[in-house]
Amino acid sequence: MADVAGTISASTLPARYRGPADTAFKVVVVSLSSFIILLAVAMAVMIWLEARPTFRAFGYLDFLTETTWDPVNAIHGALPFIFGTLLTSFLALALAIVPALGVAIFVTEFAPKWLANIINYTVDLLAAIPSVVIGLWAVFNFAPFMRDTFYMPIYLWAEESAPWLVPLLGAPSTYNLATATLILALMIVPYTVALSRDAIGQVPIEQREAAYALGSTRWEVIRDAVLPYARTGVIAGILLSLARALGETMAVAMLIGNRNRMPFTLFGPAATMPSLIINEFREAVEVLHYSSIMAVGFYLFVVTIGINLLASYIQRKLSITKGGV
Amino acid sequence: MVLALVAPVFAGGAQQQTASTSTRDYARVELLGAGASFPAPLITAWADEYRDLTRGAVTINYQSIGSGGGVRQFMEQTIMFGASEAALSDANAELARTNTGGLAYNLPLTLGDVAVTYNVPGVGQGLVWNADTIAGAFLGEITRWNDPKIAALNPGVTLPNLPIQIAHRSDGSGTTNIFTNYLTKVNQKWADTIGFGSSVNWPVGTGGNGNEGVAGIVQSTPGALGYNSLVYAVLNDITYGNVINKSGNTIVPSLEATSLAAAVTIPQDGRVMLTDTDAAQGYPIAGFAWGLVYENLDRNQAIANRDQAVELTRFLYWIITEGQDINESLSFSRLPTDAQAVAERMISTLKWQGEAVGQTVIADIKANGW
Repeated sequence: MADVAGTISASTLPARYRGPADTAFKVVVVSLSSFIILLAVAMAVMIWLEARPTFRAFGYLDFLTETTWDPVNAIHGALPFIFGTLLTSFLALALAIVPALGVAIFVTEFAPKWLANIINYTVDLLAAIPSVVIGLWAVFNFAPFMRDTFYMPIYLWAEESAPWLVPLLGAPSTYNLATATLILALMIVPYTVALSRDAIGQVPIEQREAAYALGSTRWEVIRDAVLPYARTGVIAGILLSLARALGETMAVAMLIGNRNRMPFTLFGPAATMPSLIINEFREAVEVLHYSSIMAVGFYLFVVTIGINLLASYIQRKLSITKGGV
Repeated sequence: MVLALVAPVFAGGAQQQTASTSTRDYARVELLGAGASFPAPLITAWADEYRDLTRGAVTINYQSIGSGGGVRQFMEQTIMFGASEAALSDANAELARTNTGGLAYNLPLTLGDVAVTYNVPGVGQGLVWNADTIAGAFLGEITRWNDPKIAALNPGVTLPNLPIQIAHRSDGSGTTNIFTNYLTKVNQKWADTIGFGSSVNWPVGTGGNGNEGVAGIVQSTPGALGYNSLVYAVLNDITYGNVINKSGNTIVPSLEATSLAAAVTIPQDGRVMLTDTDAAQGYPIAGFAWGLVYENLDRNQAIANRDQAVELTRFLYWIITEGQDINESLSFSRLPTDAQAVAERMISTLKWQGEAVGQTVIADIKANGW
């Protein structure tokens, strides 16, 4: 914090730069930023404190690997929920990346300005829809439609001709892993689009012109000149979307079918860490039940931070322009 | 009986009698409560009525945060009274005794009932169930609607060859507590492997959040079988079944049948599960919703002075007497007289620093009216 003012130490600054306004401003920004850091740390510590009875009863590792969640008999394990969270988030991300990048590239490189404006506006609008609204729509329209149109026929076909698929698919229920994942993908597309679009938009025009001057085709320009340059920003966008998918609660809880027992199947109900927390927190009376929900929350915190750290590491490794664009 | 249930539902609101205002002097206090969401609409209605009765002096701030939160805040003494659909556990009752030097009461307020709801193409209202078929289906042992066990109870009903898709609550809920408590009492295998509570480890099925979540699954899934608060099933036109009770009578779920379920001996601390009731005409999947209150009011840190203690006592006494008149207009069951007597006995023992405020309040009201 001492080098906010740069490399020149404060005492050597001319009087003009040591005025009270500058000092006051510095104090305000520094304390605001420290407050944010303190807040995050305090949150983690508080959740950990509330979760302690669980860690004491089961141990950190056993709670992580236990697959039973049985509040009645006081056996709690986080594995089904961690697995469910990672599975839905990464599947959703995998589904979202290609279409989102496609839209971002089309908007920045191909579309005429008026069309790009319409698309950008719509994408931003999509990002602004509250997840509970998307959830409601999916509960009443999307989920029954998908079950009747896709899951049922696919399942019946698998029973006939690909019996090895059946244990993987599971009997289709209205609310299931596949529906939750698709909706999650739909919800993160706008984020990925918006962030990659901005990253691609910041690639200097000279970069493109240089590539064209070398005789590149449009595709080669995008592949060799634009995307590598924008790579850091695009990856940042993707990872922010992943963070959103990991923590997404309402729409997932409404659509995933909330089954606390592994194994999960594609067309059968499952559960995630946030969906468990929102479902059981209100009525958790027993101490161990309550603290186990807190412990799941603590692991969610850890998983999210872990993925974010990994993300910034990858981002730094891949970045070709030091210091960012 | 179904008509008898539906009629008050639709008459609700309009028929709320304008309470005569009392001439008594009330201390100006706000009574803080929190807990179960199931009785929340009723408690809110009681609060409105009671505020009018006291000419605005006594207001009730009830937060519908769930039974779990209600019990927790009650034990932490941040509220004056709690409400819960699950009775206080032995551990909590014991903890309350060491904390306050007296009992923590489970005061009966109203009753909750759980209907078995289903969506079977071509099958209407009133499919008959017994303990075996309900438990079998929720254990995943009865998997098809045309199972001989279900068919045997329903001669003349054409049941399709459709898989049974179980829907249950995913959130912790008093409704689940009552329903699983019933299954635990009537089925040994359920008792051994699952047990009862507001959240359980369901062997099969899809979880929906809230009554509306389960209803959503049931209504959108042909072949679904779930459970809902009776009021919710009635108001949302979900088909529900009749249940054969312990005495062998087929009971159509209704507010009266639920009240009748409480026609059993109620212990002094009020902690009794009414499921699988011995009462011949009682509906077997029903239970009390309780108010939580400490015997020694002064030892509850949320209650600051004697005025608050007296007004709380008065309000609780009003709930179990005059207040019960509102219940049925809001589709809640009325407390049967036995339960009222038990509740009155509890209230009569409430104390403020050793002074029997409960007795004083009840005697005063009995002598001078409201």
